[in-house]
Amino acid sequence: MKKPVFIYSEQLLNYKFNDDHPFNHFRVKLTYDLLNSMGALTEEQVIPPLEACDEQLALIHDRAYIEAVKKAGEGDYDESASLTFGLGTEDTPIFPHMHEASALIVGATLQAVDMVMDGKATHALNLSGGLHHGFRGKASGFCIYNDCSIAIEYMRRKYGVKVLYVDTDAHHGDGVQWAFYDDADVCTLSIHETGRYLFPGTGQITEKGQGKGYGFSFNLPIDAFTEDESWIELYKTSLLEIADYFKPDVIFTQNGADAHFLDPLTHLCSTMKTYDTIPRLAKTIADAYCGGRWIAVGGGGYDIWRAVPRAWARIWLVMNGIEASGPLPSTWLNKWQKKSPVTLPETWEDRENAYKPIPRKQEITEKNALTLSKALYLIRNEKRT
Amino acid sequence: MIVQEMMKTDVVTLHKEATIETAWKLIRKHRIRHIPIIEEDRTLIGIISDRDLRDATPSIFHENRNLEELQKPVSEIMVTDVITAHPLDFVEELSTVFYEHEIACIPILEKKKLVGIITERDMLYTLIQLTGALQPSSHLEVKVKNIAGQLAEVASLIKHHKTNINSVLVYPSKQENYKILVLRINTINPQKIVTELKNAGYDVLWPKEAEVQQ
Repeated sequence: MKKPVFIYSEQLLNYKFNDDHPFNHFRVKLTYDLLNSMGALTEEQVIPPLEACDEQLALIHDRAYIEAVKKAGEGDYDESASLTFGLGTEDTPIFPHMHEASALIVGATLQAVDMVMDGKATHALNLSGGLHHGFRGKASGFCIYNDCSIAIEYMRRKYGVKVLYVDTDAHHGDGVQWAFYDDADVCTLSIHETGRYLFPGTGQITEKGQGKGYGFSFNLPIDAFTEDESWIELYKTSLLEIADYFKPDVIFTQNGADAHFLDPLTHLCSTMKTYDTIPRLAKTIADAYCGGRWIAVGGGGYDIWRAVPRAWARIWLVMNGIEASGPLPSTWLNKWQKKSPVTLPETWEDRENAYKPIPRKQEITEKNALTLSKALYLIRNEKRT
Repeated sequence: MIVQEMMKTDVVTLHKEATIETAWKLIRKHRIRHIPIIEEDRTLIGIISDRDLRDATPSIFHENRNLEELQKPVSEIMVTDVITAHPLDFVEELSTVFYEHEIACIPILEKKKLVGIITERDMLYTLIQLTGALQPSSHLEVKVKNIAGQLAEVASLIKHHKTNINSVLVYPSKQENYKILVLRINTINPQKIVTELKNAGYDVLWPKEAEVQQ
């Protein structure tokens, strides 16, 4: 019987800028280990990735950019020329063999795609992927090659399917949105902290697509300090209505875990309740519209000890129909507490009242509800007529 | 920035003999609201707007609408006292003209000949570009004393992090002796820069941090 697959090998951790960098793929290993310690990963479900070739990268990226990344990774680069490609900045510093490390992540996502699209797996998960800020010719926001955009373009060409891209990272999924802005066969939905204060600043309600793609880009910019209840309301309503309107052949989800209240880079206040909801509804949509075809990748998430492993493990558990609540596996806690600079949480759920009450809660909830109705205005209008 | 860099040069125009009906068709086809009226040699003699056209068209509530009126030439309804600008004018000046005269479009003339057009929509787009909001960036607000050199100090601290600045706006604070710098910086992680600014004694108005109970 077909099962979900988990794309993983330790080589994926080679995507590492430096020791002080907030983007740290050690979180993928921590998640893998958490799932292993509860026996949720069987050997046949774990698939090692293959490096993506230049032709695959060039589905989205400029050849000149790919060459610049290769050269930079070999230590052969000119500082000012690199900077025009967004390389050598504090966000995306140059590191040895950065091309190989980045291309392996793309290959991992493509492998996830092929497993699902060739009918070898029901769903597929590549937690090392989700580098949604990468642009055609420029690195941005910790992302070098945009595995999401490449995978979507790959699916469009190889399988000719309509793709629904759902991005729940706290940052706007700009790279993917702009790559398919005029394409009516790729529908993008991004729920993120308002760009007024958070990178990349785009992702406003008014960004709806252009030309043939008009009406196929959805953005829900939510207020800073948004909590579970409001977040989940927006996610459920928008995803259900958009899926019904677009009727995708396959769903591709980007699962940045940086909307969590512990995340140091953003100002949202989600807890594990949100991260329990995200994959459950994604699976429901995949089963209802796509014959189960669902590819999930990781993304942002900078509290790598407390927030990310629990949030990402949920995706795999939901894919496999495994329920988990209460205490985390003690083997995992005992193994990693020694190495963690912070106290690890002991349960799957976050404590009640884990953060100070947000004084503007009602105002934020109202504002978000308004954002939701504006973002869905077009499709609700179309339904009425 | 000067007008020349942002004006549209592909302008939809009419001669004064053209009918009102022709003008209606052009406005609908190109989804525009203004048509400059020119001579053969492109000398500007007037302008018509969608409102002028509407005024010249019988109301839809009239029975037996006399649509013959639409066969009259545009010269009968065009406005001849047109506010214009020159390609070398500054964009900032032009935005003041839009605001003060409450108009929506300015034809651009060189030696009285039409060379381009700017609408309030073009103007707004240019201002959006000036804010840097269309490029990936983080938004930073710093309150500084209203004295020389503050912007340079903040900028050099950002330079030290190899972070590009996409745009800078400086606006007056409610406190007279202060100004607020609004910077869009090309980084997903402004935290290090924020911490350094705070350590250097600057009042960082945004980003703020959520208070977490540990």
